[in-house]
Amino acid sequence: MMTMSKRVVWKIAAALLLAGLVHASNADPQGDRQHIIEYFAQRFPEVQLEDYIYGAMITNADARAQYEQIMEFPPFMNDIDAGRKIWETPFRNGKRFADCFPNGGRNVAGNYPYYDEKVDRVITFEMALNRCLKDNGEPEMAYGQREPMGVLTAYARTLSDSMRLNIRVDSPGARAKYEAGKDLFYRRIGQLNAACAGCHLYNAGNIMRMEIISPVLGHATHWPIFRGGEELMTFQGRFNRCMEQMRAAPYGYNSEEWNNLEYFLSYLSNGLVVKSSVFRK
Amino acid sequence: MFYSRRSFLHRLTSGLLVSALGLLQPLAAAAAKWNRAAFEAGKVEAAIAAVGASDASPSDNIVIKAPEIAENGAQVPIEITSNIPGTEAILIFSDKNVQPYVGTFEFKNGAEPFIATRIKMGDTSNLRAYVRANGKYYVKVREVKVTIGGCGA
Amino acid sequence: MRVRLNGDVAEIRALLEHPMETGLRKDPATDELIPLHFIKTVIVKLNGKPVLETEWAQAMARNPYIQFRVRGAKPDDEVTIEWEDNEGQHSEASAKVPPPE
Repeated sequence: MMTMSKRVVWKIAAALLLAGLVHASNADPQGDRQHIIEYFAQRFPEVQLEDYIYGAMITNADARAQYEQIMEFPPFMNDIDAGRKIWETPFRNGKRFADCFPNGGRNVAGNYPYYDEKVDRVITFEMALNRCLKDNGEPEMAYGQREPMGVLTAYARTLSDSMRLNIRVDSPGARAKYEAGKDLFYRRIGQLNAACAGCHLYNAGNIMRMEIISPVLGHATHWPIFRGGEELMTFQGRFNRCMEQMRAAPYGYNSEEWNNLEYFLSYLSNGLVVKSSVFRK
Repeated sequence: MFYSRRSFLHRLTSGLLVSALGLLQPLAAAAAKWNRAAFEAGKVEAAIAAVGASDASPSDNIVIKAPEIAENGAQVPIEITSNIPGTEAILIFSDKNVQPYVGTFEFKNGAEPFIATRIKMGDTSNLRAYVRANGKYYVKVREVKVTIGGCGA
Repeated sequence: MRVRLNGDVAEIRALLEHPMETGLRKDPATDELIPLHFIKTVIVKLNGKPVLETEWAQAMARNPYIQFRVRGAKPDDEVTIEWEDNEGQHSEASAKVPPPE
Protein backbone atom coordinates (compact mmCIF):
# COMPACT_ATOMS: atom_id res chain seq x y z
CA MET A 1 0.00 0.00 0.00
CA MET A 2 1.36 3.39 -1.01
CA THR A 3 2.01 6.04 1.63
CA MET A 4 2.84 9.65 0.87
CA SER A 5 6.60 9.88 1.44
CA LYS A 6 8.18 13.25 1.96
CA ARG A 7 9.65 13.07 -1.51
CA VAL A 8 6.26 12.54 -3.03
CA VAL A 9 4.84 15.48 -1.07
CA TRP A 10 7.60 17.74 -2.39
CA LYS A 11 7.05 16.42 -5.90
CA ILE A 12 3.37 17.22 -5.69
CA ALA A 13 4.08 20.67 -4.27
CA ALA A 14 6.47 21.33 -7.14
CA ALA A 15 3.93 20.03 -9.58
CA LEU A 16 1.25 22.29 -8.15
CA LEU A 17 3.55 25.23 -8.59
CA LEU A 18 4.39 24.24 -12.13
CA ALA A 19 0.80 23.55 -13.04
CA GLY A 20 -0.25 26.80 -11.42
CA LEU A 21 2.23 28.58 -13.61
CA VAL A 22 0.86 26.78 -16.63
CA HIS A 23 -2.63 27.89 -15.84
CA ALA A 24 -1.78 31.47 -15.03
CA SER A 25 0.85 32.04 -17.67
CA ASN A 26 -1.38 32.29 -20.75
CA ALA A 27 0.99 29.95 -22.55
CA ASP A 28 -0.26 28.86 -25.94
CA PRO A 29 -1.57 25.33 -26.49
CA GLN A 30 1.85 24.11 -27.62
CA GLY A 31 3.35 25.53 -24.45
CA ASP A 32 0.65 23.92 -22.34
CA ARG A 33 1.28 20.56 -23.90
CA GLN A 34 5.02 20.89 -23.50
CA HIS A 35 4.65 21.75 -19.80
CA ILE A 36 2.40 18.73 -19.23
CA ILE A 37 4.88 16.43 -20.97
CA GLU A 38 7.78 17.80 -18.94
CA TYR A 39 5.76 17.55 -15.73
CA PHE A 40 5.03 13.88 -16.31
CA ALA A 41 8.58 13.17 -17.43
CA GLN A 42 9.65 14.38 -14.00
CA ARG A 43 6.94 12.44 -12.17
CA PHE A 44 7.56 9.19 -14.02
CA PRO A 45 11.09 9.26 -15.38
CA GLU A 46 10.98 5.58 -16.30
CA VAL A 47 7.83 5.83 -18.47
CA GLN A 48 8.19 6.37 -22.22
CA LEU A 49 6.00 9.08 -23.71
CA GLU A 50 4.40 6.55 -26.08
CA ASP A 51 3.22 4.45 -23.13
CA TYR A 52 0.91 7.10 -21.73
CA ILE A 53 -1.83 5.60 -23.87
CA TYR A 54 -1.99 2.84 -21.22
CA GLY A 55 -3.30 5.19 -18.56
CA ALA A 56 -3.20 3.90 -15.00
CA MET A 57 -1.27 0.85 -16.18
CA ILE A 58 1.95 2.80 -16.81
CA THR A 59 3.08 2.08 -13.26
CA ASN A 60 1.50 -1.38 -13.02
CA ALA A 61 3.13 -4.16 -15.03
CA ASP A 62 0.75 -6.76 -13.56
CA ALA A 63 -2.26 -4.84 -14.93
CA ARG A 64 -0.53 -4.29 -18.25
CA ALA A 65 0.15 -8.02 -18.68
CA GLN A 66 -3.52 -8.80 -18.11
CA TYR A 67 -4.50 -6.08 -20.57
CA GLU A 68 -2.22 -7.53 -23.24
CA GLN A 69 -3.59 -11.05 -22.81
CA ILE A 70 -7.16 -9.85 -22.98
CA MET A 71 -6.51 -7.55 -25.94
CA GLU A 72 -5.15 -10.44 -28.03
CA PHE A 73 -8.69 -11.73 -28.21
CA PRO A 74 -11.00 -9.27 -26.49
CA PRO A 75 -14.29 -10.57 -25.06
CA PHE A 76 -16.10 -7.63 -26.66
CA MET A 77 -15.27 -8.61 -30.23
CA ASN A 78 -18.95 -9.20 -30.95
CA ASP A 79 -19.75 -5.60 -29.98
CA ILE A 80 -17.15 -4.32 -32.42
CA ASP A 81 -18.63 -6.62 -35.00
CA ALA A 82 -22.08 -5.17 -34.38
CA GLY A 83 -20.54 -1.77 -35.04
CA ARG A 84 -18.97 -2.99 -38.24
CA LYS A 85 -22.36 -4.08 -39.51
CA ILE A 86 -23.79 -0.62 -38.88
CA TRP A 87 -20.80 1.01 -40.55
CA GLU A 88 -21.07 -1.19 -43.64
CA THR A 89 -24.83 -1.19 -44.11
CA PRO A 90 -25.84 1.17 -46.95
CA PHE A 91 -28.25 4.01 -46.30
CA ARG A 92 -31.51 4.09 -48.19
CA ASN A 93 -29.86 6.22 -50.86
CA GLY A 94 -27.16 3.58 -51.38
CA LYS A 95 -24.33 5.53 -49.76
CA ARG A 96 -22.45 4.44 -46.65
CA PHE A 97 -20.61 6.02 -43.73
CA ALA A 98 -17.33 5.44 -45.54
CA ASP A 99 -18.43 7.85 -48.27
CA CYS A 100 -18.63 10.72 -45.78
CA PHE A 101 -14.97 10.62 -44.81
CA PRO A 102 -11.67 10.81 -46.65
CA ASN A 103 -9.93 7.47 -47.13
CA GLY A 104 -13.17 5.58 -46.61
CA GLY A 105 -12.99 6.54 -42.92
CA ARG A 106 -9.49 5.15 -42.34
CA ASN A 107 -7.11 7.27 -40.30
CA VAL A 108 -9.57 10.09 -39.68
CA ALA A 109 -10.66 9.73 -36.05
CA GLY A 110 -7.37 11.17 -34.78
CA ASN A 111 -8.27 14.48 -36.38
CA TYR A 112 -11.28 14.86 -34.10
CA PRO A 113 -12.42 16.95 -32.41
CA TYR A 114 -11.80 19.90 -34.71
CA TYR A 115 -13.07 23.45 -34.68
CA ASP A 116 -15.58 24.41 -37.36
CA GLU A 117 -15.36 28.16 -38.13
CA LYS A 118 -18.64 28.20 -40.00
CA VAL A 119 -20.69 27.19 -36.98
CA ASP A 120 -18.24 28.30 -34.28
CA ARG A 121 -18.36 24.88 -32.63
CA VAL A 122 -16.12 22.00 -31.79
CA ILE A 123 -17.07 18.97 -33.87
CA THR A 124 -16.52 15.52 -32.39
CA PHE A 125 -16.23 12.26 -34.32
CA GLU A 126 -19.70 11.31 -33.07
CA MET A 127 -21.10 14.59 -34.41
CA ALA A 128 -19.43 13.87 -37.75
CA LEU A 129 -21.13 10.46 -37.88
CA ASN A 130 -24.46 12.13 -37.24
CA ARG A 131 -23.75 14.78 -39.87
CA CYS A 132 -23.16 11.95 -42.29
CA LEU A 133 -26.53 10.42 -41.44
CA LYS A 134 -28.29 13.76 -41.73
CA ASP A 135 -26.63 14.58 -45.06
CA ASN A 136 -27.89 11.27 -46.40
CA GLY A 137 -31.45 11.61 -45.22
CA GLU A 138 -31.11 9.20 -42.31
CA PRO A 139 -32.18 9.79 -38.71
CA GLU A 140 -29.39 10.79 -36.36
CA MET A 141 -28.27 8.60 -33.47
CA ALA A 142 -28.67 9.61 -29.84
CA TYR A 143 -25.42 10.56 -28.14
CA GLY A 144 -24.44 8.39 -25.23
CA GLN A 145 -26.45 5.32 -26.15
CA ARG A 146 -24.66 2.01 -26.31
CA GLU A 147 -26.53 1.12 -29.48
CA PRO A 148 -26.24 2.22 -32.14
CA MET A 149 -23.81 5.11 -31.54
CA GLY A 150 -21.59 3.38 -28.99
CA VAL A 151 -20.96 0.17 -30.90
CA LEU A 152 -20.66 2.10 -34.18
CA THR A 153 -17.80 4.14 -32.75
CA ALA A 154 -16.33 0.99 -31.19
CA TYR A 155 -15.77 -0.16 -34.75
CA ALA A 156 -15.40 3.08 -36.70
CA ARG A 157 -12.67 4.41 -34.42
CA THR A 158 -10.59 1.25 -34.90
CA LEU A 159 -10.22 2.20 -38.56
CA SER A 160 -7.91 4.91 -37.29
CA ASP A 161 -5.87 2.75 -34.91
CA SER A 162 -2.15 3.49 -35.03
CA MET A 163 -2.64 7.02 -36.33
CA ARG A 164 -1.35 9.77 -34.08
CA LEU A 165 -3.71 12.31 -32.56
CA ASN A 166 -3.60 15.39 -34.72
CA ILE A 167 -5.75 18.09 -33.14
CA ARG A 168 -5.46 21.59 -34.57
CA VAL A 169 -5.98 24.81 -32.67
CA ASP A 170 -5.10 27.35 -35.31
CA SER A 171 -7.56 30.21 -35.17
CA PRO A 172 -8.85 32.62 -32.54
CA GLY A 173 -12.19 30.83 -32.57
CA ALA A 174 -10.52 27.49 -32.02
CA ARG A 175 -8.35 28.93 -29.31
CA ALA A 176 -11.41 30.18 -27.45
CA LYS A 177 -12.88 26.67 -27.38
CA TYR A 178 -9.55 25.21 -26.33
CA GLU A 179 -9.34 27.71 -23.46
CA ALA A 180 -12.91 26.93 -22.42
CA GLY A 181 -12.02 23.24 -22.20
CA LYS A 182 -8.81 24.00 -20.34
CA ASP A 183 -10.69 26.19 -17.90
CA LEU A 184 -13.09 23.37 -17.15
CA PHE A 185 -10.18 20.97 -16.59
CA TYR A 186 -8.75 23.17 -13.85
CA ARG A 187 -12.04 24.28 -12.32
CA ARG A 188 -13.15 22.94 -8.94
CA ILE A 189 -16.64 21.48 -9.09
CA GLY A 190 -19.21 19.56 -7.10
CA GLN A 191 -19.66 18.74 -3.46
CA LEU A 192 -16.14 17.33 -3.30
CA ASN A 193 -14.80 20.62 -4.68
CA ALA A 194 -12.50 18.67 -6.97
CA ALA A 195 -10.94 19.65 -10.28
CA CYS A 196 -9.99 17.18 -12.99
CA ALA A 197 -6.45 18.49 -12.67
CA GLY A 198 -6.46 17.74 -8.95
CA CYS A 199 -6.47 14.02 -9.63
CA HIS A 200 -5.28 13.51 -13.18
CA LEU A 201 -2.45 15.99 -13.10
CA TYR A 202 -1.32 16.57 -9.52
CA ASN A 203 -2.12 13.05 -8.26
CA ALA A 204 -1.68 10.84 -11.28
CA GLY A 205 -0.05 7.59 -10.19
CA ASN A 206 -1.29 7.95 -6.64
CA ILE A 207 -4.06 5.80 -5.24
CA MET A 208 -7.57 7.02 -4.59
CA ARG A 209 -10.46 4.72 -3.66
CA MET A 210 -8.13 1.74 -4.16
CA GLU A 211 -7.42 2.72 -7.77
CA ILE A 212 -4.34 4.17 -9.38
CA ILE A 213 -5.23 7.57 -10.85
CA SER A 214 -4.50 7.78 -14.56
CA PRO A 215 -2.49 10.70 -15.99
CA VAL A 216 -4.27 13.23 -18.22
CA LEU A 217 -1.50 12.77 -20.78
CA GLY A 218 -2.75 9.98 -23.00
CA HIS A 219 -6.34 10.14 -21.77
CA ALA A 220 -7.83 11.03 -25.14
CA THR A 221 -6.18 8.21 -27.11
CA HIS A 222 -8.09 5.07 -26.17
CA TRP A 223 -11.87 5.20 -26.50
CA PRO A 224 -14.33 3.67 -26.17
CA ILE A 225 -13.26 1.41 -23.35
CA PHE A 226 -14.97 -1.78 -22.28
CA ARG A 227 -15.06 -1.84 -18.49
CA GLY A 228 -14.60 -5.41 -17.30
CA GLY A 229 -14.54 -6.32 -20.98
CA GLU A 230 -18.27 -5.67 -21.12
CA GLU A 231 -19.49 -2.15 -20.26
CA LEU A 232 -18.96 0.14 -23.25
CA MET A 233 -17.94 3.61 -22.14
CA THR A 234 -17.01 6.57 -24.31
CA PHE A 235 -14.72 9.45 -23.36
CA GLN A 236 -17.68 11.69 -22.58
CA GLY A 237 -19.34 8.83 -20.79
CA ARG A 238 -16.32 8.81 -18.51
CA PHE A 239 -16.62 12.58 -17.99
CA ASN A 240 -20.22 12.05 -16.88
CA ARG A 241 -19.36 9.17 -14.54
CA CYS A 242 -16.41 10.98 -13.04
CA MET A 243 -18.40 14.15 -12.49
CA GLU A 244 -21.08 12.11 -10.70
CA GLN A 245 -18.36 10.57 -8.56
CA MET A 246 -17.27 14.10 -7.62
CA ARG A 247 -20.89 14.69 -6.58
CA ALA A 248 -21.74 17.13 -9.32
CA ALA A 249 -24.51 17.00 -11.89
CA PRO A 250 -22.78 16.05 -15.14
CA TYR A 251 -22.98 18.30 -18.20
CA GLY A 252 -24.20 15.50 -20.44
CA TYR A 253 -23.29 13.91 -23.75
CA ASN A 254 -22.56 16.34 -26.57
CA SER A 255 -22.81 19.39 -24.32
CA GLU A 256 -20.68 22.39 -25.29
CA GLU A 257 -18.74 21.87 -22.06
CA TRP A 258 -17.85 18.25 -22.83
CA ASN A 259 -17.07 18.92 -26.46
CA ASN A 260 -14.71 21.74 -25.50
CA LEU A 261 -13.13 19.61 -22.77
CA GLU A 262 -12.65 16.74 -25.21
CA TYR A 263 -11.04 19.22 -27.63
CA PHE A 264 -8.59 20.46 -24.98
CA LEU A 265 -7.74 16.96 -23.70
CA SER A 266 -7.26 15.60 -27.20
CA TYR A 267 -4.85 18.43 -28.02
CA LEU A 268 -2.79 17.57 -24.92
CA SER A 269 -2.36 14.05 -26.28
CA ASN A 270 -1.32 15.15 -29.75
CA GLY A 271 1.32 12.91 -31.25
CA LEU A 272 0.31 9.89 -29.19
CA VAL A 273 -0.94 6.79 -30.96
CA VAL A 274 -4.67 6.11 -31.03
CA LYS A 275 -5.95 2.68 -30.06
CA SER A 276 -9.70 2.25 -29.74
CA SER A 277 -12.01 -0.27 -28.13
CA VAL A 278 -9.77 -1.38 -25.32
CA PHE A 279 -10.19 -3.35 -22.11
CA ARG A 280 -10.21 -1.60 -18.78
CA LYS A 281 -10.88 -3.06 -15.33
CA MET B 1 -30.38 -26.74 -6.37
CA PHE B 2 -28.18 -26.58 -9.41
CA TYR B 3 -30.75 -25.63 -12.02
CA SER B 4 -32.95 -22.68 -11.25
CA ARG B 5 -36.59 -23.55 -10.77
CA ARG B 6 -37.45 -21.76 -14.00
CA SER B 7 -35.15 -23.86 -16.14
CA PHE B 8 -36.26 -27.03 -14.31
CA LEU B 9 -39.87 -26.36 -15.24
CA HIS B 10 -38.78 -25.47 -18.75
CA ARG B 11 -37.25 -28.88 -19.07
CA LEU B 12 -40.35 -30.69 -17.83
CA THR B 13 -42.70 -28.74 -20.01
CA SER B 14 -40.57 -28.81 -23.13
CA GLY B 15 -40.66 -32.59 -23.17
CA LEU B 16 -36.93 -33.17 -23.24
CA LEU B 17 -35.73 -36.46 -21.82
CA VAL B 18 -32.92 -34.88 -19.85
CA SER B 19 -33.75 -35.17 -16.17
CA ALA B 20 -32.60 -32.54 -13.73
CA LEU B 21 -32.08 -35.30 -11.19
CA GLY B 22 -29.61 -37.02 -13.49
CA LEU B 23 -31.47 -40.32 -13.34
CA LEU B 24 -31.90 -40.55 -17.07
CA GLN B 25 -29.06 -40.18 -19.52
CA PRO B 26 -29.75 -38.03 -22.59
CA LEU B 27 -30.20 -40.14 -25.68
CA ALA B 28 -27.88 -38.04 -27.82
CA ALA B 29 -24.43 -39.58 -27.97
CA ALA B 30 -23.00 -36.08 -28.05
CA ALA B 31 -23.81 -35.65 -24.33
CA ALA B 32 -20.27 -35.53 -23.00
CA LYS B 33 -19.55 -36.33 -19.36
CA TRP B 34 -20.05 -33.55 -16.87
CA ASN B 35 -19.23 -33.91 -13.20
CA ARG B 36 -22.26 -32.39 -11.57
CA ALA B 37 -21.23 -33.27 -8.02
CA ALA B 38 -17.93 -31.45 -8.46
CA PHE B 39 -19.50 -28.39 -10.07
CA GLU B 40 -22.17 -28.13 -7.38
CA ALA B 41 -19.85 -28.49 -4.42
CA GLY B 42 -19.72 -25.33 -2.34
CA LYS B 43 -16.47 -26.15 -0.54
CA VAL B 44 -13.25 -26.66 -2.43
CA GLU B 45 -12.32 -29.84 -0.50
CA ALA B 46 -15.61 -31.43 -1.51
CA ALA B 47 -15.13 -30.36 -5.13
CA ILE B 48 -11.64 -31.84 -5.20
CA ALA B 49 -12.94 -35.05 -3.64
CA ALA B 50 -15.68 -35.21 -6.25
CA VAL B 51 -13.12 -35.30 -9.05
CA GLY B 52 -11.07 -37.87 -7.15
CA ALA B 53 -8.03 -35.67 -6.59
CA SER B 54 -7.94 -35.49 -2.80
CA ASP B 55 -4.58 -37.26 -2.58
CA ALA B 56 -2.82 -35.11 -5.17
CA SER B 57 0.91 -34.56 -4.70
CA PRO B 58 2.18 -30.99 -4.83
CA SER B 59 4.31 -30.41 -7.91
CA ASP B 60 6.51 -27.62 -9.19
CA ASN B 61 6.26 -29.15 -12.65
CA ILE B 62 2.98 -27.34 -13.00
CA VAL B 63 3.42 -23.69 -13.96
CA ILE B 64 0.67 -21.19 -13.28
CA LYS B 65 0.80 -17.78 -14.91
CA ALA B 66 -1.82 -15.58 -13.27
CA PRO B 67 -2.09 -11.97 -12.15
CA GLU B 68 -0.90 -10.91 -8.74
CA ILE B 69 -3.92 -8.66 -8.50
CA ALA B 70 -6.73 -9.36 -10.95
CA GLU B 71 -7.85 -6.20 -12.74
CA ASN B 72 -11.37 -7.53 -12.95
CA GLY B 73 -12.56 -10.68 -11.23
CA ALA B 74 -14.88 -11.46 -14.12
CA GLN B 75 -12.04 -11.75 -16.66
CA VAL B 76 -8.93 -13.20 -15.01
CA PRO B 77 -6.42 -14.34 -17.64
CA ILE B 78 -4.52 -17.47 -16.62
CA GLU B 79 -2.11 -19.87 -18.29
CA ILE B 80 -1.33 -23.34 -17.01
CA THR B 81 1.49 -25.51 -18.31
CA SER B 82 2.13 -29.04 -17.16
CA ASN B 83 5.63 -30.44 -17.52
CA ILE B 84 4.56 -33.75 -15.98
CA PRO B 85 4.98 -36.63 -18.44
CA GLY B 86 1.76 -38.39 -19.39
CA THR B 87 -0.45 -35.39 -18.61
CA GLU B 88 -4.06 -36.16 -19.54
CA ALA B 89 -5.92 -33.20 -18.08
CA ILE B 90 -5.69 -29.90 -16.24
CA LEU B 91 -8.37 -29.09 -13.65
CA ILE B 92 -8.92 -25.64 -12.18
CA PHE B 93 -10.35 -24.59 -8.83
CA SER B 94 -10.82 -21.14 -7.30
CA ASP B 95 -11.30 -21.66 -3.58
CA LYS B 96 -13.51 -18.71 -2.76
CA ASN B 97 -15.89 -19.02 -5.71
CA VAL B 98 -19.43 -19.92 -4.66
CA GLN B 99 -18.76 -23.17 -6.50
CA PRO B 100 -14.97 -23.59 -6.50
CA TYR B 101 -14.65 -26.12 -9.34
CA VAL B 102 -14.03 -24.03 -12.46
CA GLY B 103 -13.52 -26.78 -15.03
CA THR B 104 -11.38 -29.37 -16.72
CA PHE B 105 -9.37 -29.36 -19.94
CA GLU B 106 -8.48 -32.80 -21.38
CA PHE B 107 -5.69 -33.15 -23.92
CA LYS B 108 -5.70 -35.88 -26.56
CA ASN B 109 -4.18 -36.90 -29.86
CA GLY B 110 -1.19 -34.58 -29.83
CA ALA B 111 -2.58 -31.66 -27.84
CA GLU B 112 0.11 -30.21 -25.57
CA PRO B 113 -0.61 -29.97 -21.83
CA PHE B 114 -1.04 -26.21 -21.87
CA ILE B 115 -4.06 -23.95 -21.67
CA ALA B 116 -4.55 -20.19 -21.64
CA THR B 117 -8.01 -19.01 -20.74
CA ARG B 118 -9.99 -16.49 -18.66
CA ILE B 119 -11.99 -17.35 -15.57
CA LYS B 120 -14.11 -15.65 -12.93
CA MET B 121 -12.75 -15.31 -9.43
CA GLY B 122 -15.16 -13.97 -6.84
CA ASP B 123 -12.63 -12.91 -4.23
CA THR B 124 -8.96 -13.01 -3.30
CA SER B 125 -8.34 -16.71 -3.24
CA ASN B 126 -6.14 -19.67 -3.97
CA LEU B 127 -6.14 -20.67 -7.59
CA ARG B 128 -5.45 -24.39 -7.87
CA ALA B 129 -4.21 -26.18 -10.96
CA TYR B 130 -4.54 -29.94 -10.76
CA VAL B 131 -2.94 -32.20 -13.34
CA ARG B 132 -4.04 -35.76 -13.98
CA ALA B 133 -1.14 -37.75 -15.43
CA ASN B 134 -1.23 -41.52 -15.87
CA GLY B 135 -4.23 -41.64 -13.56
CA LYS B 136 -2.52 -39.79 -10.68
CA TYR B 137 -3.12 -36.24 -9.53
CA TYR B 138 -0.65 -33.44 -8.91
CA VAL B 139 -1.34 -29.89 -7.78
CA LYS B 140 0.06 -26.40 -7.79
CA VAL B 141 -1.51 -23.56 -5.82
CA ARG B 142 -1.13 -19.85 -6.27
CA GLU B 143 -2.91 -16.93 -4.62
CA VAL B 144 -4.62 -14.35 -6.81
CA LYS B 145 -5.82 -11.11 -5.24
CA VAL B 146 -9.13 -9.75 -6.41
CA THR B 147 -10.06 -6.22 -5.36
CA ILE B 148 -13.17 -4.14 -5.62
CA GLY B 149 -12.16 -0.90 -7.19
CA GLY B 150 -13.62 2.58 -6.85
CA CYS B 151 -13.30 4.58 -10.06
CA GLY B 152 -11.06 2.89 -12.60
CA ALA B 153 -10.24 4.61 -15.89
CA MET C 1 -10.90 -18.63 -34.19
CA ARG C 2 -7.30 -18.06 -35.25
CA VAL C 3 -4.95 -20.90 -36.11
CA ARG C 4 -1.21 -20.56 -36.69
CA LEU C 5 1.26 -23.26 -37.66
CA ASN C 6 4.82 -23.38 -36.35
CA GLY C 7 6.55 -26.46 -37.67
CA ASP C 8 4.00 -29.16 -36.97
CA VAL C 9 2.44 -27.43 -33.98
CA ALA C 10 -0.87 -25.70 -34.55
CA GLU C 11 -1.63 -22.92 -32.11
CA ILE C 12 -5.39 -22.54 -31.82
CA ARG C 13 -7.02 -19.51 -30.23
CA ALA C 14 -10.73 -18.94 -30.05
CA LEU C 15 -13.30 -16.73 -28.41
CA LEU C 16 -16.60 -18.48 -27.86
CA GLU C 17 -19.57 -16.17 -27.82
CA HIS C 18 -21.68 -16.94 -24.74
CA PRO C 19 -23.01 -14.89 -21.80
CA MET C 20 -21.87 -17.49 -19.22
CA GLU C 21 -24.43 -16.24 -16.71
CA THR C 22 -23.81 -17.11 -13.08
CA GLY C 23 -27.43 -16.91 -12.04
CA LEU C 24 -26.43 -14.16 -9.59
CA ARG C 25 -26.86 -11.16 -11.87
CA LYS C 26 -30.00 -9.07 -12.01
CA ASP C 27 -31.47 -7.84 -15.25
CA PRO C 28 -31.48 -4.04 -14.74
CA ALA C 29 -34.66 -3.71 -16.77
CA THR C 30 -36.76 -6.21 -14.83
CA ASP C 31 -34.81 -6.46 -11.57
CA GLU C 32 -35.06 -10.24 -11.88
CA LEU C 33 -32.18 -12.68 -11.64
CA ILE C 34 -30.86 -13.78 -15.01
CA PRO C 35 -30.86 -17.59 -14.91
CA LEU C 36 -27.74 -19.74 -15.01
CA HIS C 37 -26.68 -20.12 -18.61
CA PHE C 38 -23.27 -21.48 -19.49
CA ILE C 39 -21.30 -23.70 -21.82
CA LYS C 40 -20.94 -27.18 -20.32
CA THR C 41 -18.72 -28.94 -22.80
CA VAL C 42 -16.39 -27.95 -25.59
CA ILE C 43 -14.87 -30.40 -28.04
CA VAL C 44 -12.14 -29.31 -30.40
CA LYS C 45 -11.21 -31.69 -33.19
CA LEU C 46 -8.36 -31.81 -35.65
CA ASN C 47 -9.39 -33.68 -38.78
CA GLY C 48 -12.21 -35.28 -36.88
CA LYS C 49 -10.10 -36.47 -33.93
CA PRO C 50 -10.74 -34.88 -30.54
CA VAL C 51 -7.75 -32.91 -29.27
CA LEU C 52 -9.30 -30.81 -26.50
CA GLU C 53 -12.35 -31.66 -24.43
CA THR C 54 -13.62 -29.53 -21.61
CA GLU C 55 -16.09 -29.65 -18.74
CA TRP C 56 -17.11 -26.13 -17.83
CA ALA C 57 -19.62 -24.23 -15.74
CA GLN C 58 -20.46 -20.62 -14.94
CA ALA C 59 -17.02 -19.72 -13.56
CA MET C 60 -15.55 -19.53 -17.02
CA ALA C 61 -15.49 -15.88 -18.13
CA ARG C 62 -18.16 -14.36 -20.35
CA ASN C 63 -17.31 -14.94 -24.01
CA PRO C 64 -14.75 -17.48 -22.89
CA TYR C 65 -11.32 -17.63 -24.46
CA ILE C 66 -9.20 -20.71 -25.10
CA GLN C 67 -5.67 -21.00 -26.40
CA PHE C 68 -3.81 -24.29 -26.74
CA ARG C 69 -1.47 -26.18 -29.07
CA VAL C 70 -1.62 -29.44 -31.01
CA ARG C 71 1.37 -31.37 -32.41
CA GLY C 72 1.18 -33.23 -35.65
CA ALA C 73 -0.78 -30.63 -37.61
CA LYS C 74 -0.33 -29.84 -41.30
CA PRO C 75 -1.59 -27.06 -43.58
CA ASP C 76 -5.21 -27.60 -44.66
CA ASP C 77 -6.04 -29.73 -41.64
CA GLU C 78 -9.48 -28.87 -40.37
CA VAL C 79 -10.06 -27.57 -36.85
CA THR C 80 -13.61 -27.70 -35.53
CA ILE C 81 -14.90 -26.35 -32.26
CA GLU C 82 -18.26 -27.53 -30.95
CA TRP C 83 -19.87 -26.55 -27.71
CA GLU C 84 -23.05 -27.41 -25.84
CA ASP C 85 -24.58 -25.39 -23.03
CA ASN C 86 -26.83 -26.14 -20.08
CA GLU C 87 -29.92 -25.28 -22.11
CA GLY C 88 -29.04 -27.79 -24.78
CA GLN C 89 -27.94 -25.14 -27.27
CA HIS C 90 -25.09 -26.07 -29.60
CA SER C 91 -22.66 -24.18 -31.73
CA GLU C 92 -19.98 -25.17 -34.15
CA ALA C 93 -17.20 -23.36 -35.97
CA SER C 94 -14.38 -24.54 -38.14
CA ALA C 95 -11.17 -23.27 -39.71
CA LYS C 96 -8.31 -24.63 -41.74
CA VAL C 97 -4.74 -24.78 -40.56
CA PRO C 98 -2.87 -22.22 -42.68
CA PRO C 99 0.61 -22.66 -44.17
CA PRO C 100 3.42 -22.44 -41.63
CA GLU C 101 4.71 -19.03 -40.48
